[in-house]
Amino acid sequence: MIRSEILKEIAPILRDQLVVCNIGIPSQELHAIDDQPTNFYMLGTMGLSSSIGLGLALAQDKTVISIDGDGSVLTNLCTLPTIANNVADNYILMIIDNGSYGSTGDQPTYTGKKTSLAGMARAAGCDNVVEVMDVDTGPALEKAIAEQKMTVMVVKCDSGNAKMPVITMDPVVIKDRFMKAVTA
Amino acid sequence: MNIDKKITHDLVANDISFVTTVPCKQLAGVIEEIDNHDEIFHIPSNKEDEGMGLCAGAWMGGKRPAIIMQNTAIGVTINTLATLIQYYRMPLPMLISYRGELREPVACQVEMAVHTKALLAQMNIPTYHFHKQSDVEELDMILKYTFMCNKPVAILTDANFWGGYGDQ
Repeated sequence: MIRSEILKEIAPILRDQLVVCNIGIPSQELHAIDDQPTNFYMLGTMGLSSSIGLGLALAQDKTVISIDGDGSVLTNLCTLPTIANNVADNYILMIIDNGSYGSTGDQPTYTGKKTSLAGMARAAGCDNVVEVMDVDTGPALEKAIAEQKMTVMVVKCDSGNAKMPVITMDPVVIKDRFMKAVTA
Repeated sequence: MNIDKKITHDLVANDISFVTTVPCKQLAGVIEEIDNHDEIFHIPSNKEDEGMGLCAGAWMGGKRPAIIMQNTAIGVTINTLATLIQYYRMPLPMLISYRGELREPVACQVEMAVHTKALLAQMNIPTYHFHKQSDVEELDMILKYTFMCNKPVAILTDANFWGGYGDQ
C-alpha cells in the first residue's frame, strides 16, 4: 500500500481525533480524502509535525495523532528524546515510513536502507514503540488510541503519492477552525 | 527582586504556562527559577526550531507559550518563524540571551551578534534590547503586546543586563 491508501483506510478512525498532519503531499492527501476541522495541516516547516503534536498533547487532554514521515522525522531527530522524556499518554506519533521523500519526487531516505526509526525511538527512550505493516495500520491505531498510552507507531509501506490538489485554505483559517475544534 | 525572579514573575502574571528552553550560561538563573514554579510546565528542547513547534502546539492547545534561547538560534529558526509562527499568526515571546555584545569573552559569538538585529528586522519581528537591569521593567508590557498582536517578539538580553561574565 502507498500512504494515500493507508490514509483512506484510517480516515474513519482519524475523524474523531485531533490530527497534526505533515507538510506537503501527506496533508494534501488527508485534506482531499477527509477534510475535518480537527485536522491541522502543515503548509511548511518540514520536520515539526511531531513537535507540534507533542506540545498540543501536553497542553490539553484530548488524544492527538501526529502524522509524520520518515524523511521529516530524520530532519528533526531530536524530537525523539523530547517525546520519550515528556510522556503524554494522549499522544500518538504515527510515522508513515515509505523509505522516501515523497513530496520531492520519491528520492530514497536512509530508512529504506540501514536505519530503523523504531530502533532509534527505542534508543531515545520511548517506551511504547510499535512497527507495523501498512495493512495492519487501522487495528494498530485503534489499539493505540484505546490504550491511552503514549505510542510511537512506525508504519512500513510502499513509496508513492496520489495526485491531489494543493491546499489553498488560508493558514489562519486552518489554525482558527482547529483551535475551535480543540475546545469544542 | 532579582531579574531572574522578576522575569519569572512577569511570565506567570501574564499566564504563560508552557516554556521551552535551550540553555545559556546567562539564562541559567531564570531557567532554574522557572523550574521552581509549578504554574509553568518547562520542557527543554534540543533545538530551537523543535522548541517553536512545541510552542505552536501548546498555543493551539490553549496554553500561552514562551521560548528561551540564545541569539545564535535566530540562524536556526528563520524558516520556522516564517512558515509556522508568522504564517499561522501565533504569539511567541522569545527571551533571548544576546551573546556577542559588550563584555562578551568569546569572539565567535560576535559573528552571529552582528547579524541578529538585521535578521530580526528583515523578518519584521518586534525587537527589544535589554542592556541595563532597569530595562526589565518593560517585560510585562512586552508580553502583553505579544499576546495582543499574535506575533513572535524578540527580547534580546545582553551580558551587561545579566551583570557580565565575572572574571572570564
